[in-house]
Amino acid sequence: MNAQPIHFKPSEGFRARSKAVVDNPFLRQSFRGAMDFLMSKRAAQFPDPEELESLRTLGEHIRQYNLGKLPELLLQLEDRLTKNGIQVHWAETPDEANAIILGICQRIGAKLMVKGKSMVSEEIELNHAAEAAGIGALESDMGEYIVQLAGEKPSHIIMPAIHKTKEEIARLFHEKVPGVTEYTDNVDALIQIGRNVLREKFLEADIGLSGVNFAVAETGTLCLVENEGNGRMCTTAPPVHIAITGIEKVVEKLEHVPPLLSLLTRSATGQNISTYFNMISGPRQPGEKDGPAEVHLVLLDNGRSQAYADEQLRKTLQCIRCGACMNHCPVYTRIGGHAYGTTYPGPIGKIISPHMLGLEATATMATASTLCGACGEVCPVKIPIPELLMRLREESFTAPHANPAMRGQGAGYSPLMSAVWRGWAAVYRSPVLYRGVTWLGSRLGWLMPARQGAWTTVRVPLRPAAKRLRDMLKERG
Amino acid sequence: MSARDRILAKLRAGAPSENRSEPDVAGWFASHRPVETAVQKVARFRSCIELAHAEVHAVTPNNWLGKLHAVLHARGVDKILVAEGTAHGDAALDRLPPQGIECSTYDIAIEAWKSELFNATPASLTAARAAIAETGTLILWPDEHEPRLMSLVPPVHIVLLDAAAIYNTFFEAMQAEGWKDGLPTNALLISGPSKTADIQQTLAYGAHGPKELIVLLIGDEQ
Ligand code: SF4
Repeated sequence: MNAQPIHFKPSEGFRARSKAVVDNPFLRQSFRGAMDFLMSKRAAQFPDPEELESLRTLGEHIRQYNLGKLPELLLQLEDRLTKNGIQVHWAETPDEANAIILGICQRIGAKLMVKGKSMVSEEIELNHAAEAAGIGALESDMGEYIVQLAGEKPSHIIMPAIHKTKEEIARLFHEKVPGVTEYTDNVDALIQIGRNVLREKFLEADIGLSGVNFAVAETGTLCLVENEGNGRMCTTAPPVHIAITGIEKVVEKLEHVPPLLSLLTRSATGQNISTYFNMISGPRQPGEKDGPAEVHLVLLDNGRSQAYADEQLRKTLQCIRCGACMNHCPVYTRIGGHAYGTTYPGPIGKIISPHMLGLEATATMATASTLCGACGEVCPVKIPIPELLMRLREESFTAPHANPAMRGQGAGYSPLMSAVWRGWAAVYRSPVLYRGVTWLGSRLGWLMPARQGAWTTVRVPLRPAAKRLRDMLKERG
Repeated sequence: MSARDRILAKLRAGAPSENRSEPDVAGWFASHRPVETAVQKVARFRSCIELAHAEVHAVTPNNWLGKLHAVLHARGVDKILVAEGTAHGDAALDRLPPQGIECSTYDIAIEAWKSELFNATPASLTAARAAIAETGTLILWPDEHEPRLMSLVPPVHIVLLDAAAIYNTFFEAMQAEGWKDGLPTNALLISGPSKTADIQQTLAYGAHGPKELIVLLIGDEQ
């Protein structure tokens, strides 16, 4: 049902997609309004700067401590989950993850899967794979349900349908939801329509699929943060629950969860806690009357181990997916999430996607940033996003070399551009050359073309001044 | 090599040479969260959960059933799901039917009555194990008496909470109760009725779970 083809090429068409949003006043207004709303809600949750800073430091420490022990924690998690009766699967690639999930569906003869919000399932394009295998995959988070009905992808990791107005959603429901005979743009009525449709599906579904916010190694517990109750429905009502998560989400101890949860909900939507925090430590036990008979966890790598291997890039994996960096990003606010063409948009998307898709597909992503630093300042676990963007620019645009830290290193490298920069550097390094070139420039400036590629689409042409500063100073005496 | 071995091998090969010390979570809470008196905790719990759109009623061990009846009556609800085999469930089973409220029980596995639970169960009563003042949160540990879906499917969810079981923080609750040494199959934190702001950031209640959350707070000294 998703319109996005399975292989992302975010670098292609980024400019056109961005322009389409910038040229659309309604969309621009939607994003601006939504981001202002989320920013002010977050700010209200952190009135005390000292508390915020110390909690961020603690959050960063917790994430770094756990990443430091990642291989052993994954084993401890697997061991505990298995003892609790939860089956653990490992997948290196999206294809492997899909095969595991569809294998479970096929084994039990599943026809319908209801899904809680899971960005990792978006990452592996599970809906496409399920459809191809003849299994219905229905999104049950209201925002995800809306974008799925529209044949789109989420445009924000926390608020998937943020780009849509209620009138658009009203039209969509009127046209596409069976049984909706009258148009209404009353939000309560629209939610009621969604609720009624999805309640039927929770009843019918053979499989419930969810993401994971934190996986606790010491207790073998999968934690899920949500407001709607659809996460609880998906993990409780169907006979089989499959959870999928990136390998970085594990924490060693239960006590690591409260600070991260507090940072997550306050940074994401400005709530001091979400409506539901679901802690799943096992399938239905003898005597219990509900809960799934089978619980599975799929641990997905998909490029994360590449980020892990480099000390600086490893910080990318500290992310708790709060979305605050995108809410505060001046670029995201103007172009919205779809322009990026990746599962994760905005600043976090720019630093994680190159590991998932390779720099071949994402070489220019890191350049779509003003480097204003807002993302790094709001990140609840202190990921130095601007620093990572600089690093990724370097990985993309320097000449390919042996043993690169990243797949596709040098994908954006151009010998011509590199020669230009080398020449530029040489000129600035040598006073004689510098003088010569500026002398020539001031005389031959008229030769500069009036059209200078992308520069002149929004700016006046670059033209050296007729007189050099040094000459003007000399004339002054 | 399996995917598992390959992933682990890559992670081991890339693991940092120096590990960070263990984070001092207890120290952070000790220096950043005041320990409040029982009265303050109740007040804070109440204001937080009310802000999240829950309704709270102060009750006593003797009058809570009367309040429960009044709450149901006010909504025109004449049927409620209760847990047989618990003190509060059995009390409700005794006292509500004579007052015109039909009580059903969750005494068989969900498969046998899923449709009835989803379509013909307007309200439920469960107990909270404890609560958290800082965030206005109820802690529920579903078990064989009070299964998981009881607190999720019926549109009106009524929760009985003892004010003496309110902790300052989530961290304090898990430490004091030794959760790391034994969690149920599904533990839940609930902080209001189900909600969403997915349509144009407009808050709407009753997205998938209960539309109303009502807390009967035993021993609220206010
Ligand atoms: S990078 Fe930081 S701010 Fe962005 S989503 Fe991740 S945790 Fe949140």
